[in-house]
Amino acid sequence: MREDVPTSAVTLRGVTVHFGTQVAVRDLNLEIPRGKTVVLLGRSGSGKTTTLRLINALCQPGSGEVTVEGRPTTDWEPHRLRRTIGYVIQEVGLFPHFIVERNITLVPELERWDSARRRSRATELLTLVGLDPEGFRTRYPAELSGGQRQRVGIARALAADPPILLLDEPFGALDPLTRADLQKEFSNLAHRLGKTVVFVTHDVREAMLLAHEIALFEEGRVVFHDTPEAFRTSSHPEVRAFAAVLDQ
Amino acid sequence: MNLIEFYSRNYSEALTLTLQHLWLVGIATGVAILIGVPLGILVTRRPTLNRTVLGAANILQTIPSLALFGFLIPLPFLGGVGASTAIVALVVYALLPIIRNTVTGINGIDPAVREAALGMGMTDGELLRLVELPLATGVIMAGIRVATVVGVGVATIAAAIGAGGLGVYIFRGVATVNNTLILAGALPAALLAIGMDAALGGLERRLDAKR
Repeated sequence: MREDVPTSAVTLRGVTVHFGTQVAVRDLNLEIPRGKTVVLLGRSGSGKTTTLRLINALCQPGSGEVTVEGRPTTDWEPHRLRRTIGYVIQEVGLFPHFIVERNITLVPELERWDSARRRSRATELLTLVGLDPEGFRTRYPAELSGGQRQRVGIARALAADPPILLLDEPFGALDPLTRADLQKEFSNLAHRLGKTVVFVTHDVREAMLLAHEIALFEEGRVVFHDTPEAFRTSSHPEVRAFAAVLDQ
Repeated sequence: MNLIEFYSRNYSEALTLTLQHLWLVGIATGVAILIGVPLGILVTRRPTLNRTVLGAANILQTIPSLALFGFLIPLPFLGGVGASTAIVALVVYALLPIIRNTVTGINGIDPAVREAALGMGMTDGELLRLVELPLATGVIMAGIRVATVVGVGVATIAAAIGAGGLGVYIFRGVATVNNTLILAGALPAALLAIGMDAALGGLERRLDAKR
């Protein structure tokens, strides 16, 4: 048992993950401070998504340790751990057979909230993500646009008020204008709610817009982890490669 | 003697055989659902079982039906002459489409939906009950429908081992070279198959949760 409250919401220490003969993440060390937005930036296949999935135990460390709220993920019951962490993916993954309201309040349903409380939570969340509750509550996912779907996806992740949010390229499949809207709104929302956010992207502009800290991944390692301001002036070659895109 | 005359003289026997036929198929399909759906679910949980289970069901399916009825007669418990043996054989034939469609239905669900369900903290039971089974219902029902229609046909052969059903008329007709008698068994069997197909098709559309 630890007496002290850990200052980091999430810590990875010496984590290595193999998929067959491929090394996805090698000897990774990463601290995610409480209440901050940390963007995991990197090329495809650099280990960002694996790192994200290590945090909610959808992926197991081959060696090393991942702790959430000071407790190793291997000590948590997986579904308990995941219910304290909101998870948003690029494909959204809404349940096609449930209306928006039930999609949003599924974790509360699993946690046996009563229906009146679930209903008012759905109203609150739909408003929060910029959708009119009465217009959208009873729609099916197939009746929504891509942007609306991801708004619902974010509302679903926030439903049980988890202290930590994981997002895996949540705006990657959206058109540029919708993406810009959602980035701005999400940035405001995350800061206002004081959540610990881990956000995966390969879009450096998105990273600069959202991040308190940027962790740059290269071949399964973090090669840079600092503020966006420091990112602009770093001399690391991979950082320069990404930063160059900003000046185009 | 034509078919109408035949039925007017033997309507109570014809009705009994039709009900017997329905009963054989109904019980067998019911048992096959109770075995096949859980087996299919098990296969989706333990993919290494996929080849064993589907392979076994496939092989059983290839045994000619008349031979299968014959093989079962000398077996203790499962075998003997009569309805219970026929039901065992019908269950064996119904298993493959039901297992296969359960596996296909569950594995065919959008991976993003499963990823989201697990990521939000569903237990395996919740995933199955709230997401996988509702979304796979259409495909599983289609398998049950195929199993039922095939069962109606195969059940005509059950008469060969004394299990009754509409096959009684067919075998009697073949033995006495009487086409009317063959038709008296074959026609209602065909109508049963068509009727069951339509009824289960309707049920399938009602139960399908997919939007």
